[in-house]
Amino acid sequence: MTTTDTPVNNGVNVQALLDARNALVDAPEAAQFTWKASTEWKGGTHSHSVVEEFFGLGDDQAHRTTFTFDADHPEVFASEDHGATPVEFVLVGLASCLTAGVAAVAQNRGIQLNSVTATIEGDMDILGILGGDPEVRNGFNHIKVKYDIDADASQEDIEALVAQSQKRSAVFDVITNPTNVTVEVN
Amino acid sequence: MIGAGHAGLAVSHFLSQRSIDHIVVERGEVANTWRTERWDSLRLLTPNWQSRLPGLEYDGDDPDGYMTMPEVIGFIDSYAKATTAPLRTHTTVKSLRPNHDGYEVVTDDGTWSAPTVVLATGGFNLADIPAIADDVPGSLETVTPLQYRAPERLPDGGVLVVGASATGIQIAEEVHASGRPVTLSVGEHVRLPRVYRGKDIMWWLDRTGVLDERWDEVDDLVRARNIPSPQLVGTPERRTLDLNALTDQGVRLVGRVAGIVDGKAQLSGSLRNLCNLADLKMDRLLGTIDDWVTENGMEGEVDAPHRFIPTRVEESPPISLDLADGAISTVIWATGFRPDYSWLHARVLDRKGRLRHDAGVVTGAPGLYRIGLTMLRRRKSSFIHGAEDDARDLIDHLAAYVGVGAPV
Repeated sequence: MTTTDTPVNNGVNVQALLDARNALVDAPEAAQFTWKASTEWKGGTHSHSVVEEFFGLGDDQAHRTTFTFDADHPEVFASEDHGATPVEFVLVGLASCLTAGVAAVAQNRGIQLNSVTATIEGDMDILGILGGDPEVRNGFNHIKVKYDIDADASQEDIEALVAQSQKRSAVFDVITNPTNVTVEVN
Repeated sequence: MIGAGHAGLAVSHFLSQRSIDHIVVERGEVANTWRTERWDSLRLLTPNWQSRLPGLEYDGDDPDGYMTMPEVIGFIDSYAKATTAPLRTHTTVKSLRPNHDGYEVVTDDGTWSAPTVVLATGGFNLADIPAIADDVPGSLETVTPLQYRAPERLPDGGVLVVGASATGIQIAEEVHASGRPVTLSVGEHVRLPRVYRGKDIMWWLDRTGVLDERWDEVDDLVRARNIPSPQLVGTPERRTLDLNALTDQGVRLVGRVAGIVDGKAQLSGSLRNLCNLADLKMDRLLGTIDDWVTENGMEGEVDAPHRFIPTRVEESPPISLDLADGAISTVIWATGFRPDYSWLHARVLDRKGRLRHDAGVVTGAPGLYRIGLTMLRRRKSSFIHGAEDDARDLIDHLAAYVGVGAPV
């Protein structure tokens, strides 16, 4: 860990997070969150999704603004490519979750970050989704994330940041562990 | 006093020193758990020189060795005899509840009323098995470490050992060596070398002050109290038993068992990161030790610093394991232990069934104390030698509560 003259500022309010943890351990029902999105089909493989509200701290909550996402498939899939492919959203989710974690852990450990870049790749055999080979799964065979981090810390401390970020990441957990999914039709 | 293990006897020592009238109730013999709930080959993880209790030091001829279970039982037995603790063995506590005097303790051999009670009932009474264990196919044998004695008592065939802390790695090694191929499911773990720079790792943890770190000094008490037991084994050769050693012996490492569906175990894809985390944490500890050696000018007295080979993990470890195809006939749940409080009828447990306490002083129950839990008051709290300082502190508190002065 490095000691600097100026206080470390990665723009993460770690104290608020630690206070929240202490408060929620005593009020576990407030820790129950529900994340939401709604998706509308636009035509072809193109869909338009809106993220606006969520539930947490015992009440309905809303983002400061409404976020929208267009998803589609690329032209090699004979689609019109109006947006990123859904599996790319998964990669974005993982990389952005891990990166947020790197910043939070760095702040907590007193490490100043100068730049953080992640590149992420997910390997997939599309014979799975095409139904061309019953032994091939639909999802990724392997996901690889590479980080380039410039920080006022040793290589070992930087590696520890990235490792700890994976340990505390929601999306890393979602991808590496099974989750029950229920899909119903009204 | 409930429980006549090493911790209960250490508490009794300090009570006697202050002439506080007390009785030690024990459901079996002295050191009962060590007699009945440990596997045959187990030795302590701490070296003999570290096996000490208030007023008793190890005086044998092998200070760097590790006690076998009969040796541990003999050690605690001799302590019980030397301290003339007022013992009531073969007396099982059926219930403890508050009454007008303090607490009513109902046993199968009479009822006591006491203004103060110290619980020294052990931290490892029950195997802490995840709910998914119910989904293991019925054709498989399932075993907990409390039931496990020796590999020969297991059915032939492959064995899935779930959990890679001290218990899991030791059982995995001897089961695999018995000709039952072991698959080891690895979750979060703590990697430590047995010996570093020529000294036992426990020597370093003792000497550098890590084991004396107090509960009010660590930056994350929740984590410190839930930290898995380190990957260590006590052997005459002072061997390091880490995941690389197990891989070399042919044990297969897989990810944490995250679920079991249709007879297939779903394995977490986090294996590489958990191994990496443990390697990084070990290296950080070794760095702390190296710094301490330098600061104390001890370079000439110990071996040169070095680092260990990072844990080897397959490029793409399996993410599922068929439990129904006959290759695996036994599952051993080495997923940790928890205390049994089923007889405790006081509002002192949290929503997860854990005792609420501030470093051994039970919350909301004046006069009730607890000893012998991981990180109760110090990092060494769960070790035999950790009982002394914790017992002294708690009896200081207890004496003030009942209005007894300092020992004469």
